[in-house]
This record gives sequence, structure tokens and C-alpha cells, in this order.
Amino acid sequence: MALKTRLNPRILIYRLLTAGNGFDLEGRDELWDCTTCSTCSSRCPKQVKPMETIIALRGYFVEKGRVHPNMKTAFESTFRQGNPLTMPRDSRGAWADGLGLKPMAEGAEYLYYVGCTPSYDPRGQKVAQALVKLMQAAGVDFGILGNDESCCASEVKRLGEAGLFEAMAEDNQAIFKEFGVQKIITTSPHCYNTFKNDYPKDGFQAQHYTQVLAGRLQAGALKLTRPFEKTVTYHDPCYLGKHNGVFDEPRRVLGSVPGLNLVEMDRSREKSLCCEGGGGRMWLEGTNPGTRLAQLRVQEAIDTGAVILATACPFCLLTLDEAVKHLNAQDRLQVMDIAEIAAQAL
Amino acid sequence: MRWHDWKAEMTFSPRIGVYICHCGINIAAAVDVATVARYAATLPGVQVARDYTYMCSSPGQALIKNDITELGLNRIVVASCSPRMHEPTFRAVIAEAGLNAYCLEMANIREQCSWVHTGGIPATTKAMQLVAAAVAKAARLEELEIRQVPVIPAAVVIGGGMAGMQAGLDLAEAGFQVTIIERLGQLGGHAAQLSRTFPMLEPAADLVHTLLERVSSHPRIKVMMESEVLGLSGYVGNFQVQVRQAQGTEELTTEISAGTIIVATGFELFDPHQKPELGYAVYPQVITTLDFERLLQQDSGLPDVKSIVFVQCVGSRDQTVGNPYCSRICCMVSAKQARLARQQLPEAQVTVFYMDVRAFGKGFEEFYDGAREDGVIYRRGNPSEILRQGDKVVVRAEDTLLGEPVEIAADLVVLAVGMQPQTGSAALAGMLKLSRSADGFFMEAHPKLRPIDTNMAGVFLAGCCQGPKDITETIAQARAAAAAAMIPLMRASVQVDAVTSFIQEELCAGCGQCASVCGFGALTLHPLRGVMVLNPVLCQGCGACATACPSGAINVHQFTFDQTMAQVDVLADWQFAPLSPLNNSNG
Repeated sequence: MALKTRLNPRILIYRLLTAGNGFDLEGRDELWDCTTCSTCSSRCPKQVKPMETIIALRGYFVEKGRVHPNMKTAFESTFRQGNPLTMPRDSRGAWADGLGLKPMAEGAEYLYYVGCTPSYDPRGQKVAQALVKLMQAAGVDFGILGNDESCCASEVKRLGEAGLFEAMAEDNQAIFKEFGVQKIITTSPHCYNTFKNDYPKDGFQAQHYTQVLAGRLQAGALKLTRPFEKTVTYHDPCYLGKHNGVFDEPRRVLGSVPGLNLVEMDRSREKSLCCEGGGGRMWLEGTNPGTRLAQLRVQEAIDTGAVILATACPFCLLTLDEAVKHLNAQDRLQVMDIAEIAAQAL
Repeated sequence: MRWHDWKAEMTFSPRIGVYICHCGINIAAAVDVATVARYAATLPGVQVARDYTYMCSSPGQALIKNDITELGLNRIVVASCSPRMHEPTFRAVIAEAGLNAYCLEMANIREQCSWVHTGGIPATTKAMQLVAAAVAKAARLEELEIRQVPVIPAAVVIGGGMAGMQAGLDLAEAGFQVTIIERLGQLGGHAAQLSRTFPMLEPAADLVHTLLERVSSHPRIKVMMESEVLGLSGYVGNFQVQVRQAQGTEELTTEISAGTIIVATGFELFDPHQKPELGYAVYPQVITTLDFERLLQQDSGLPDVKSIVFVQCVGSRDQTVGNPYCSRICCMVSAKQARLARQQLPEAQVTVFYMDVRAFGKGFEEFYDGAREDGVIYRRGNPSEILRQGDKVVVRAEDTLLGEPVEIAADLVVLAVGMQPQTGSAALAGMLKLSRSADGFFMEAHPKLRPIDTNMAGVFLAGCCQGPKDITETIAQARAAAAAAMIPLMRASVQVDAVTSFIQEELCAGCGQCASVCGFGALTLHPLRGVMVLNPVLCQGCGACATACPSGAINVHQFTFDQTMAQVDVLADWQFAPLSPLNNSNG
């Protein structure tokens, strides 16, 4: 159980077991604290998978329509605009204006599935643009969907909106089929995870961009030559590391950057501390907003002596960035996506 | 063939007796046994058919013996329970009456009929079918010879830990030559690394040395150090064990003959690197229970620390690392270590995190009570992670009795690592044709009735290679294994079941497909004749080779094509005609 929340997965499951059908969810606001970081599921020696129980219980609230207004907004926006950020559908591809990227309709080996935050958020767009440069340098044959791209619905699924997830997933699969998509590269570990583990296992294969870059670096197809002489520590995103066991590829990309000094925080890899951006928590404060894990995390990064906190997830990037500002630590630590660092080393 | 046998062969005609058992009401309540008996009497070759309350009882047995003598029966059908239950009983009965024990066929009308069907005409009809098929087979049964094989009066013990030493000593004391094959350069196994034992706190070295000295000085025990088993051939009574022994920089391969083998290869400790959240090998403060045993044996005693935390179930009862089982010793190891820590460092706070405390052995619960009386704090909860905190580490857990998270700063964290099968046990299982249970430990032949036997006749298990055990249980099992291994050695000969495969050489092409499916290594290619030959002592009669043989050259005694097809024909050609007389007889 976590120190910052009343949420106790063990007691929750025990109450469910002993209460039978009379279990009352009223007043259990802490159910919304869960960031779906998966630490409970990966450590439980009896493989009980509390995280999945919590998501299922959230579904009960969603069915009754008793959800936070922020969630309603996110659900509605996902349904109408194809993103939870209340941004218009027809400006989704605007981030790539002038970059001359190939539309997927022209045929390509990979679909670069950009994701909502990298499409719309100014900070996220920088990551997408850096990643495009890297993929071009590495000779990756990729296309994009532009305004035809729609939310992967990972977050609405974690918020308990299983029905909306199913509908979005069906629409996305139809689009992928229409454009003949077989391989997908994602910016976000959340999109990667949901394509890999939640979507039906036929038709296409998903990879996170760090996996693709690590492969190209190893094959010699991508070369990073410009020195980046800084001490960097890497924050493992939950949906890349704990959920999918991708620990080494991001480190291999960082290790290929000349001059870069990689140091590890105490809590790294399987022990990585969640930034609190997952499980729909980008739109929900939780019951204990006073303590923010992202701020603890930034302090841990500073303690290593690093000046760059690298990550590989748009949500981590935003939450950690905000924590740096909150701590007034901009002069000591800068949060960067691995794609941004690698692109600087081209 | 002698004249009178030849004559018997020429004039052989089956004289079959059929015995339908009521099994109290087990069969009789569902099957009309009297009708089945009346029907059986009409079958070809049947001289007599009777039903009786309990055929396996003394009067039931006497009935059969009497008929054999009086009516000159030469084949017997018993329709009763499963042959797994009473085939040995009825074989003995007919052998006492002078028939060959293999002239018996059983029809299982209990497990395969009365127990699984509601009664009435269908159940009775099925019983009739089963009896008719058994009679058809019985007419074709052959007399088979039970053979005796001499036994080499020596044993090989693989592994020189507590189990291997004790088993070897018992066998040697009984007068047999024993060779102990030890992988390392010293005897004693894991026990030799321990400080004191629970619950008596005796120095472990005393126990180990008691055995070690007796083993080393015993005239009938030979110890081969730095040796490994390379292969096994032969069979119960006549095993050949290939052993590779390191001789300085050279390696020597020898072959040891033995009548029986005891496997006592022990265990391996769980590697806590597999639980990265516990920080083993990352934080110097985090050690294992075995490391703590070494600290206890230092002349300087334990380091002067203020806070020690023990963590139970590391690599045990943990499905995430593939070890769902309980290692059984760790609760008491930690109780012992925590208690010794409290005694040596009275100022130190000693905490044990546990899921459940399993203090099941003699004196264990009392010892655990003693640990708490000594001031050891037991907190229920499985630590979720260990983190760095200055020059200490902090153990984070939920105290599940309080329902709240706790953090305990520690100078020393001791991980109670569980037991795992030895890395080499898969290879050894292959060589010795042993089975392994789902947990990877060697599997006993039966969990209750044959806990030290294996499915390989003449090979026995002792100690932790079969599953986690403490020293007490290890010694008990070692002595049991030695006693079992002595049975064939003392009898000096072993009986071999006659139900084996046999090869018609003129049909065999020597393709070897039979050998590839044989789980017992009983089939080999004859180097000169180019056909397969069967070692009937190794053969267990499973029949896998007979099904694999593409040319039909292999048959299994008592289950030949001829016999089996006769049974199948009866069932396939069954006419429902007998139903009407049956109806009539039921009125």
C-alpha cells in the first residue's frame, strides 16, 4: 500500500471477498487515487492483480454516471473529438505542418502513432518533432494519420469506461486496417501498452519508439555523433517499465549519446516511483494533493547530481516538468524526453 | 519344448471359470449379478460361472481354488473391482491352486460400471459385455514366466550432505558396500555452513561431524569427492553408474556397479537478485539468512547494530518468481537467528516481517513463543520494498494486522531465502529417468504410500532433492530410503514382472522408433542382427513401443493384438439379443 493514500488494495479485496454482493462503494473516493502503476500487481506473490480490481470498481461508478466533472469532460472529448484534451479533431495533425511527413495513405512500413498529448500539447509536440528527425536520420520508413488519428483510449479504459474503450478500439482497428497498418511506433508508453496488451492480438504489432531507436542504433543505421556532455538520470515510465519490462532499450539510447553521463536513482527500473500521471490521474487530483510523487521524484533526481531528468513518456514529462517549476528547481534540473536528447546529439 | 508341454499345447482347450463379485452392494445394487453369472455360463469355453458377496474374502477365494481343482479350470475371469485393487490378490489365489498367475483376467464391473451408472438393465448389460470380452481374452491368455535376477550387494548414494551421509551409513552398517558421490570437495552439504540448529540451538558442526567422521572411517563406504554422475545404465539389482571425478587437473571417468541407488542431491537457495525491490547486492545492509549464519560464526560475533529486520518468504510462496510452494524451514531459521541476535545484542531492535508463521515441528511453536518472549517483534506483512536512507536502509511494508503502512529503518536486513531444486536436477532426472513435480523437485512414486520411492525400480529419494525439509525430516527420510534400498539388496534377487513387451524379430526393421518412446531405456539395437532387443528387466510393460512400432513387430504380454482384438470383437459384435431373456428373468 502507498504511504500517501488511504487506498489499501489488500483491505479492498478482502472486503470484496467477505461482503459478497453487499459491497458498498459509496465514500470510497480513494479508488480514484490509483495511478495504475502496476507495482501491486507485479509484486503480489499470489498474483491477485489488485490494479485490475480497482479499474473494474471504477467501472461501477462510471456505469452509474457518478464521476468527477473532469472525467465527464475527458470522456465526452474523447468520444466527440478523438482526444481527452477538449481539442478539435481537425487540428490534430497541425504539429507536423511544414515537416513534409508522408501520409500513411501513401503506404509505409511503420505507422508513427503520435498520440494525443504529443499532437496537441506544445511541450509534447517538441518531442514528436524531435522523434521525427531521429526516425528520418535512422531511415525508418514511416507515415502518419494526421487528422485521421484518434485517441488510443488507454486512459478512458483505466478510468473504468470500458464501453467507450471498446468503441474507440474498434474504430482505430478499422482505420489501421483501411491503411494497411502492420507495425506501429508510439511516442507514449500508454499507447504502446494498450495496443500491445488491450487491443485484439491480430493485424498489427506495436513498439515504443525507444525500442525502435535502440534497434537502429545497434544495427548501425542511426549514429549519434554530437556530444551531449551532461549528467543525466532516467525515470522509468510505469507503462514502459513495470507494465512491459522495457528497461534496457531507453538506457541503450542514452548510452549511445556521446559525452552523456548516465546516473541511476535509487528507485529505478522495477522500483521506479510513479509520477502520478497514469490511470486518468492527468485529470484527477486524488484525495491527497498535498504530497505529489513527481516532486519527490524530482528531488531524488537532483540528489543524484544529475542536471537532466530524462524520461520517455509524455505524461511523465508534463508532471515532472510541473514539479520542477513547483520546487523552483529550473536552474538545477531540466526534464527532457529521450527523443529530445538523442535528437540534439544528431 | 519337452514332450508333455508339447502335448499340452496340442490338446489345450480353455476351461474357464467366471466369478462375479457383488462387492457387498457396491456392484450388486446396480448390476443384476445373478443374471450376469447365468449369461457368463453360456459363453464359449466357460465351465462354471458363480456370483458371490465378496470374491476377495477367504470363502470367495476358496470358491475359486476349489473349482480349479475339482473342475480342472485353466483360465479364470474375475468380474469385480479394478485390477489395480485386487489383481495381485487373485493372481496369488490361482497360483496357490497350481495355475500360472498370468492365467487370470479381470473385468472391472465396479469402477467402470456400477459406480458410474445408475442401475437397471443398461448397467447389467454393460457388465455382461465386459464379462464376455474378458472371457474372450482369457481363452487366449498365455502362461508367463516370472523371472528372478541376482542383485549386486552394493549401493550408490548421489550427494554427500546430511541425507546422503546418513543413508550411506545405514546401508554400510547393514553390510553393503556404499559409494557416496559428492560434487564438491567436502561432505556435509548446506548443513556444514550453519551455526546452530533450531529448536535446540546445538552447534550444527557437531551434527555434521558426527556423521562425517563415521562416514570417513567406515570400512564399507567409499567417498568420491568432486565427482559427478554422467549416466546410468542397467536396472534394479544391476545398475552401472558412470562417474566423472576430478583428479587434480585431470578428469577420470569410472563406472560403479550397484544394486540400488539413493538420490540425495539436496537443494539450492533462492537467488534474491530476482526480487529487485529488496535491493540485495545493491545495498550492503541487505543479506541472506545464509550470510547471517556466517556472521553468527565469526569470532567477533555479530556486528554491533541497532536495528535488524528479517524478511520471510523471499522466493517462497511467491508465484511471481515461479515458487508457489512453502520452503518450510525459513520461519524457524529466522526465529533462531532473530533470537540469537536478541541474545547477542540486547540493545538491538529485532523485527520479523512474515506472511504466516509456520512452526509445525516438534518444539517449534514453543521456540517461536520463546523468540517473542526474548523481545523479537513479529509484524505481519510482506515488505513491498527496501530503500536507501542515509547509511541505513528502510524496510517498507503494510502491517496487515494494523492495516497501515510502516517503515522500519535497519542497519541489517536478513532475507529468509527459500529452497529451490538444484540447477542440475533436470539433467540428473534425464539420466536417471526420474520424474519431477511441478515445483521442479524430484517426484516420489506416491505422495503418501511411496514417499521415498521413484518410478524407477531400485532408485530412491532422500532429503531436500524431493522437496524442502529440515534436518530432522531429512535424516528420517534418509533412513527410510536406506531401509527401502536394503530390501532388494538383502533379498539378493529381484522378481521381474512378466508383463513386458516382446519383439518378433522377423518383422523388426531396426528403425528404433520404439527406443525413442521408451521411458525406461529398455530397447536397444542389436549390433549384429540389426533388430531391436528388449531388456525385460527394464521394461515396465507400458506398451508405448508397441504403438510406436510401424511394422507391428512389438507386442505386450497379456495385451497382445490377438488378445485385445478378441475383446474388441466381442464388444463390436455385441447383439442386443440377451436383453429379452434378461427382461424375462427380471419378471
